[in-house]
Amino acid sequence: MADNKAFARETSRAPVSQRRQETGEIKKDAIGGDITVNIDGIAVKVAMGTTILEAARMVNIKIPTLCQHDDLCLAGVCRICVVEVDNERTLQASCSYPIFGPINIRTYSPRIRRARRNIIQLLLRNHYGECYSCARNNNCELQVLAKEYGVTSYKFGHIKAPRYDKDQSSYAVERDMNKCILCRRCVRTCIDLQEVGALEAVHRGAGTKISTYMDMPLNDVVCINCGQCINRCPTGALKAKDPAEGIWKAIEDAKKHVIIQTAPSPRAAIGEEFGLKPGTSVTKKLNTAIKRIGFDKVFDTNFTADLTIMEEGTELLLRLKKAIAGKDKSVRLPQITSCSPGWVKFIEHFYPGRLGHLSTAKSPQQMFGAIAKTWYAERNNIDPADIVSVSLMPCSAKKFECQRPEMNSSGYKDVDYALTTRELAGMIKECGIDLPNLPLSDFDDPLGTGSGAGLVFGATGGVMEAAIRTAYELVTGREAPFENLRVMPVRGVEGIRKAQIIIKDTLEQWKFLEGVTLKVMVAHGTANAKKVMDMLCEGQLDDYHFIEVMACPGGCIGGGGQPIPTGPDIRGARIKAIYAEDESLVLRKSHENPVVKQIYEQYFKEGPCGHLSHKLLHTGYTARGKWINVKKTKRGPGSGS
Amino acid sequence: MVKQCAVTKKTVKDGKEIIVCDETRSKLLPVLQGIQQKKGYISDKDMQETADRFGIHPVEVYSVVTFYAFLTSGPKARHTIRISNCMPNIMAGSGKIQKEFEKALKIKKGRPGKYKNIVLEETGCIGMCDQAPAALIDGELVGNITPKDVKDIVRRLSKKPLTRRDYA
Repeated sequence: MADNKAFARETSRAPVSQRRQETGEIKKDAIGGDITVNIDGIAVKVAMGTTILEAARMVNIKIPTLCQHDDLCLAGVCRICVVEVDNERTLQASCSYPIFGPINIRTYSPRIRRARRNIIQLLLRNHYGECYSCARNNNCELQVLAKEYGVTSYKFGHIKAPRYDKDQSSYAVERDMNKCILCRRCVRTCIDLQEVGALEAVHRGAGTKISTYMDMPLNDVVCINCGQCINRCPTGALKAKDPAEGIWKAIEDAKKHVIIQTAPSPRAAIGEEFGLKPGTSVTKKLNTAIKRIGFDKVFDTNFTADLTIMEEGTELLLRLKKAIAGKDKSVRLPQITSCSPGWVKFIEHFYPGRLGHLSTAKSPQQMFGAIAKTWYAERNNIDPADIVSVSLMPCSAKKFECQRPEMNSSGYKDVDYALTTRELAGMIKECGIDLPNLPLSDFDDPLGTGSGAGLVFGATGGVMEAAIRTAYELVTGREAPFENLRVMPVRGVEGIRKAQIIIKDTLEQWKFLEGVTLKVMVAHGTANAKKVMDMLCEGQLDDYHFIEVMACPGGCIGGGGQPIPTGPDIRGARIKAIYAEDESLVLRKSHENPVVKQIYEQYFKEGPCGHLSHKLLHTGYTARGKWINVKKTKRGPGSGS
Repeated sequence: MVKQCAVTKKTVKDGKEIIVCDETRSKLLPVLQGIQQKKGYISDKDMQETADRFGIHPVEVYSVVTFYAFLTSGPKARHTIRISNCMPNIMAGSGKIQKEFEKALKIKKGRPGKYKNIVLEETGCIGMCDQAPAALIDGELVGNITPKDVKDIVRRLSKKPLTRRDYA
C-alpha cells in the first residue's frame, strides 16, 4: 500500500495480529513472494500477506466496509465486508483475511448479499434516530449501505426510544451513543492514532457501549477536543458542537458588527462539501458566499498567522540569545509551537512539567480576536461590545480554545464563535448559495492581507517553513537558501521530521548566531508528539531549538472540523492545494506583510514581544495533569459490572 | 493466589521516579485479579494507578474491569453469591435454587432485599457441572445445592463476622 499511511503502522498499540499488514515490496528470493489470486474471475497478483480487501481495491472491485479505515489498524468487528473464499465453510471478513495462497474469492453472491443485508438490519435494529434530524444526513456510511443493499424494512425491528443520554458536556464534541454502531473507529482513533485515550468500549455483549472512563462526561476526562473521532465516525454518533444558531442571531441583529476570519485549511477543503474534488481551493468564491450570508466583513487568519510568526519567531530568537550569548541555563529550549489548541491541551494533560517549552504566543485565531476588538475597533470607531468575532476553522478544539477563561485580553471575549468547515458549508447551503459557481471577491481591509507563509500554516511543517523563511532573513539579511522558498526538508507526511540549517554571515545584532546549526523538528498527530515529548524528557533533544507540533494528522488540513470523510489521499490533495496557492502569491514572507509592518508601527510600538503585544498576543497555560477526578462529577462512578 | 506483575523497571521522568511495569499488557488481568482478591473491588484510584503502571489509559483498564463479571469497579456488598447458569445447572434446577435464594434474601425484581450485605448474581459455567446446581459463594465453590441448603447459607452469610477484606 502507499507509504503515506505511516500513522497506524507506527503508532498502533493494537495486538500484533490486529495491526495493519506490512506488505510493501517483497524480494524475489523471499519465501512466498507474489501470489496470484482470483477475485470474481479476475486474476490479481499480490504480495503475500495482502488482505483480500486490499487486493480487491487493486482491481477496482468495491467491497463495502464500515469498521475499516485507511488511517487505523484492523478491527474486523462489523463483518460487512464478508466474502466467499473457496474451501472455507463460513464467509470471511475480507479486511482481515491475509492472502497466503492461491485462492478463489467471490465478492458478491446471493449468500453474501443476504448476509450483508442481515448485518445492516441488525445494526439498524439498535440505531436510534431519524435521518432527517441528523447532522450526517446524506453523508452517513450506514445510510449509504442501507440504500446500496436494498434495506426496505426493519426485518429485526427498530428501537423506539433512546437508550442513552446525549453527552453535551464538552465545548467541542457531542456524543449521541444512540446512533453508535460499535465499529470502534473512534476508539482506535483516540487510543492508537492520537494516544489520548478518552474513549473505549465498556461492558460486554448486548450491553457494550463506547464510553469514557467511569462513564463520565467528556468534559471531565482527558480529551483534547481534536475531533479526529468525529472525522472517522461512520454515523452521526459523534458531532461537533454547532454554534450556527448564535451566529444567525448576530447576523440578523442590525446593531452587531459581525466579522469572520477564515483559516487557510477550510478554504482548501470546503469545496468537498459541494461536490468538488479534494484539493480544490475556493478562497475567493468563499469570500463572496460569506458576504452574501450577511457577514459584515471577511478577514484572513493568515494575517495573524504572519503576526504569530513575528511574535513566536522573536520569542525564539530571544530565547536563543539568552541561551547562547547569555549562557543562561534556565532558558527552556527547544521552543515548541502553541498554535494547535488540541496539542496545547495534550501537553497540559500529559506533560504539565514541560509547559515552559511552549511558546507563549497565542494561536492565530486568538490573536485575531484580540486585535479585532482593540486595534480594528479603535480604527473604525466601533464599540468592541458590538463586534461579534467569528472564526472559520478546520478544528473542533478551537471551540474549546475560544472558551478558555484567559482568552479575554481585549476586555471582551476575544473570539465569540468558532465555526468549523462543515458548519459553514451548512450555513451556505441553508442560504441556497451555489458556492462552486460564485464570482470571486477579495478579503476586506485591513485584516485581510496575509502572506503565503501564513497560508502554509495549514499543512504539517507549515509553521516551521514560515518561521524559517522569516527568521533566516531577519538574522542574515538574505532570503532563506531554498529554491523558490520551498523549505522541502520540513514538508512531507512522515510522522516526525528533522531538519537543520546552518546560519552564516549574520547581521551585526545577531552575531551570537554565527555558525550555529539551527536544529528543528516537525511532528503531527499527538501520538507522534508523544514520541517527541518522551525523547525530550529523556534529554535527547537538548540540542534542538524549535519544534512544531500539530495535534491532527496532516496538520490543520486534517483537522476535526474538516469535511468527512478523511484519509491519506484526501489530506495529501488538500496539502497540495495549499502549497500551490502559496506559490501563486507574490507575498510569501510574514515580515514583508505590509499590514504587519503597519501594526507594529502604529499599535505595538515596542515591536514583537513588547509590553502591549505581551498583553494582547501572548497567553499562559494551565498544568492539568492526567488524573481524572471522579468525585468532581455529579454522576459519579458507575456501579461496575 | 495470583502472582502480581513483577515491577522491576524504574525510570526518571521530570525529576520524578516512576515505576514502569516491565511486562506487557497481557499481565493486566492478573494484576486486576490480585487487586480484586485483596480489596473486594477495584477502586477508581487503583484503576488509574494500574493504568499508569502499564503505560496505558485509565479508560482501557475500566474497559477490562467492566468486561469481566468477576471484576467490579465499585464496592458492592460484603458477600456475593454467584449461581451458575450453564446448561447442566439449568437442567439440574438452578432456576429453582435462584428463586429460593431470592425468597430467602427477600429480593424483588433485582432490588436489594432485606440483606443488603449479600448480592445475588448469575455467572457462566464455573466448572462444577458434575455437582449441579452449583454456586460460587465469596469465591468458594459450593455444589449440589438443595432448596433446604439455601436458608442455611443465607443465615451463615448474614452472621459471618466482618473480615479484613470488608474494611478495604
